[in-house]
Amino acid sequence: MKFRTLNRHFKEGTKNIWRNSWMTIASVGAVTTTLILVGVFLVLMLNLNHIADNLEEDVQIKALIELTAEESQVEEIGEKIESISEVESVTYATKEEELENLIDSMGEQGSVWEMYEQDNPLHDVYIIKTTDPLDTMNIASEIEAYEGVDRVNYGQDYVQNLFKFNEYARNVGLVLIFALVFTAIFLISNTIKITIMARKREIGIMKLVGATNAFIRWPFFIEGLLLGVLGSLIPVAVIVGGYYYLTQNMEILSRFNFMQILPFQPFAWQIAGLIIGIGACIGVWGSVMSVRKFLKV
Amino acid sequence: MIEMQGVYKTYPNGVVALNGLDVTIDQGEFVYIVGHSGAGKSTFTKLIFREEQPSKGKIIVNNKDLSSMKWRHVPMLRRGIGVVYQDFRLLPRMTVYENVAFALEVIEESPKTIRKRVMEVLDSVGLKNKARFIPDELSGGEQQRVAIARAIVNHPGVLIADEPTGNLDPDTSWEIMRILEEINASGTTIIMATHSKEIVNTIKKRVIAMEDGIIVRDEHRGEYGYEI
Ligand SMILES: Nc1ncnc2c1ncn2[C@@H]1O[C@H](COP(=O)(O)OP(=O)(O)O)[C@@H](O)[C@H]1O
Ligand SMILES: [Mg+2]
Repeated sequence: MKFRTLNRHFKEGTKNIWRNSWMTIASVGAVTTTLILVGVFLVLMLNLNHIADNLEEDVQIKALIELTAEESQVEEIGEKIESISEVESVTYATKEEELENLIDSMGEQGSVWEMYEQDNPLHDVYIIKTTDPLDTMNIASEIEAYEGVDRVNYGQDYVQNLFKFNEYARNVGLVLIFALVFTAIFLISNTIKITIMARKREIGIMKLVGATNAFIRWPFFIEGLLLGVLGSLIPVAVIVGGYYYLTQNMEILSRFNFMQILPFQPFAWQIAGLIIGIGACIGVWGSVMSVRKFLKV
Repeated sequence: MIEMQGVYKTYPNGVVALNGLDVTIDQGEFVYIVGHSGAGKSTFTKLIFREEQPSKGKIIVNNKDLSSMKWRHVPMLRRGIGVVYQDFRLLPRMTVYENVAFALEVIEESPKTIRKRVMEVLDSVGLKNKARFIPDELSGGEQQRVAIARAIVNHPGVLIADEPTGNLDPDTSWEIMRILEEINASGTTIIMATHSKEIVNTIKKRVIAMEDGIIVRDEHRGEYGYEI
């Protein structure tokens, strides 16, 4: 294809958008609605994922050493833990350090615990992080079996529920996004199909004059692309603007460090690119699908 | 040159439109196809530019055998054949200029050539000053002249006209005939299906008469031969 022909197709595709102004509004409206929903879901999903990852990162195992354990035994336990390949890091804390941490983390009420300084009820501990948080439970029960280990602590119920919830949220989110995108493709291919029904006769005439299928298809392709991109403009503005507002007003939440949402840069722009990309794909796919069956003339 | 040998056409609904056609039309001829409604005239013309395919038989157009022609070569065939219909078949949302230019855009002519050639051909059908009108703003005769301009703009060897004057009043019809004769004089073959006794009997050309899908008469400088 010569460049001037591509240029011609571009002009023709743009003209069609003006000529079918009502259909343009309908298709752009369908894409806009869907992309806003898809965008909101994406933002929610990715942030939920991010928060979940943070929470998972925070998951750690505490192996409580028996009070009667010998120093050599304690060292041996440490070496054994370190030799487990799924373990990322191991640190040792004496019961005095543990109590200090506890008092610090309690803030005001911490002073209540100060009375235990003389008679510390806590254990010396190994604090263990696994490379993959999902290994937490297995590693924990392995360590629990070591001689000299009294018991392990990793917030058993909490961790299991967290993992279940994360997986559930991810799957539901993905299914919803796919469902939305397919609805949008269906909507746009239907709206374009209506305009093409009206243009069916025109396509017949074009073929009569010797136009190839590709020649006829190109303007539709460009029209679909433009419709999709037009339909993504409002969603991009809404999502980027909304997210900016959110990040500016999230200080309260971000004080709890596990509720860190993704920073505005570059996340918002990545989402914007993704929305425009999805819009373009929806438009092109919808128009290519709908023009196909009218070309067998 | 157009050649048909033993051509039959049965439509999917079972109607037999052509029932064994043998005919040869040489380059530069002017041929009328006459006959009652339903005789198969339109079907005959549609086979030539492969809008329909025969159920049986051989068709050769410009030395190409249509039965073995691949789908992707059909556009090339059609670029060498201009077609004009009773209902004009103009692209309703394009201007007169754009309608005619379309046939040249399809063959990727340069914008400069397109502009020159379109104005030239619009001038030859007397519509230079209506280039920016859309078809709905024109009279029937003017629309048919646009259709003719589009059909001949890329110098096809053959022009097929299926009842081109069917929707036009007598004065306008004569005007269209004058243009067709001019085109024919420049060497283009013209095949015209018609119901107009006046035209056939006044402007004498080869006449092929059809009845029930077969050719019943084929005469040079023939008469219309029917009462309506
Ligand atoms: N697309 C079609 N499908 C089925 N039957 C058709 C079709 N086109 C024409 N016919 C039938 O074929 C016969 C010949 O039609 P046609 O070639 O249009 O004749 P004419 O142009 O001489 O009036 C008629 O009986 C007509 O009803
Ligand atoms: Mg007919």
